[in-house]
Amino acid sequence: MPDRIQRKMPERQSEESIESEVVESDRPATDDLDDLLDEIDEILEENAEDFVRSYVQKGGE
Amino acid sequence: MAVPKVCGIETEYGILVRGAENNPVTASALLINAYTGAVEDQVAFDLIAEDPRRDARSPDPLDPYEFDPELEYVPVNAVLTNGARYYVDHAHPEMSTPEVRSPLEAVIWDRAGEEIVRESIDAAQRLVPVGAELLIHKNNSDGKGNSYGCHENYLVDRTLPFGKVISAVMAHFVTRQIFAGSGKVGCEFPGMSSDAVDYQISQRADFFEEEVGLETTVRRPIVNTRDEPHCDASRYRRLHVIAGDANMSEVATFLKVASTAMLLSAVEDNPDLEMPALANPVRAISQVSHDPTLAAAIQAFDGTTIRAIDMQWQLFDIARTWFEQTGGEAVGEADCTLALEHWERILAGLENDPLTVADSVDWVAKQRLISAYAERHQLEPGAAALRAIDLQYHDMRRHKGLAGRCGLLTLVTDEQVSQAMKSPPDNTRAFFRGRCIERFPDEVLAANWDSMVFDLGAGPLRRVPMDDPLRGTAELVANVIANSATAKELVAALAEPNE
Repeated sequence: MPDRIQRKMPERQSEESIESEVVESDRPATDDLDDLLDEIDEILEENAEDFVRSYVQKGGE
Repeated sequence: MAVPKVCGIETEYGILVRGAENNPVTASALLINAYTGAVEDQVAFDLIAEDPRRDARSPDPLDPYEFDPELEYVPVNAVLTNGARYYVDHAHPEMSTPEVRSPLEAVIWDRAGEEIVRESIDAAQRLVPVGAELLIHKNNSDGKGNSYGCHENYLVDRTLPFGKVISAVMAHFVTRQIFAGSGKVGCEFPGMSSDAVDYQISQRADFFEEEVGLETTVRRPIVNTRDEPHCDASRYRRLHVIAGDANMSEVATFLKVASTAMLLSAVEDNPDLEMPALANPVRAISQVSHDPTLAAAIQAFDGTTIRAIDMQWQLFDIARTWFEQTGGEAVGEADCTLALEHWERILAGLENDPLTVADSVDWVAKQRLISAYAERHQLEPGAAALRAIDLQYHDMRRHKGLAGRCGLLTLVTDEQVSQAMKSPPDNTRAFFRGRCIERFPDEVLAANWDSMVFDLGAGPLRRVPMDDPLRGTAELVANVIANSATAKELVAALAEPNE
């Protein structure tokens, strides 16, 4: 069988009790986001305006 | 009774040639031929049994009908050893996965399709003029009002009236975008300006104009009635779903397919099940998409208003109840268990802090990038750089694609994906198709979803019907294929009684 991700799921709870469990660590780390933004600055299509304008797709389905 | 939810995904990829003439049809053909020429012995897909004009609302599926079969010109049309179809559909390369038996297998062969496209880009890049570049995107819109699809297919019991099929999925197709939407900068809703919406949940929601209908390219319906079962029409339907985004997140692909399969099964098992209904699904699908705060209230059929997320909690409860009562055999017990876990986790996350599901939900992952990038560079909503990030999230080139850099959770292994690029699933008729093409590429003249045509040299062409998606499995045919030295022996063995 394929690998499964293991993550304990809580039973569905009232909104109050879920809210109290939201912790910052469930969010992706901010440092990683800064690194990712640096990387986007490097690899984002040069001249985004031309790229976006030239991206035309016709005919489908 | 719920029939096994055999399913599959068809993905049309965006294509662009830069630095040379941009003809998407020839570029798509080049892409596919570069792959099949380099890697596969090409077998043609046989269009004779294709009939996309057939309408599920016809009273008798076996009646003669008024439309002529639509035989469109398809310049490149290959069937791969993994049982997939890889072809040029109008002006896009399209990958149709083989028929699979479970949502997780749909993820495996969808991912295999992505990797085949990546290998195709590498092979095709060697064939384009110096300075030219081939760009392929797994998305559904060019941001200028042109959309192309990511379609799903589900095997459904023919005895279930089509009206019940519609009620099983309508509210789901309007609201599942909150976990399965891929996100989009700007607006393409007819009559609204591009900047009327800064960021929306779905790539596709702007393009739906009807609740139910046969079309797929104009006046798109939320529930498509194409009745082309590609199998025994007296026993089965194939529900052809066009109201979905192409996903980069494996969790999103998995949950999109699993949730839909479970709801269809619940209604097959209990056709009297009361499904939640909406007053105006067409209006609601764009309302939901245009509000990434998830606060928008849409009108329910009973006149009350409801948020998409509350509609999803209702649908989640229906699926969970069905699973608890039946064991979920039609979809698979392990897949149902996994799907319910993710469904509950993601709905709770969306409700409280969407960033906590940025590892699972494409529109949240993309929004996270776009918001942070806009903040860093002080960009206005809808700025070209943000639209470029939107496109590049879906870029299939490894050195450019942003989705692969977002820390999305995975559900399947690289080994499974790599194997699925070559091998068919062993538990549907795709096994027979793929293995025949692998073993006897010179004798398989053409392949279709529900038949194979062999040219055995002397004598007439032999068509082997594959009317049942659940036969032609490894269990039933692996030995006879292995024990046949030639295609002629195989066809003779299949014709014997008890085979």
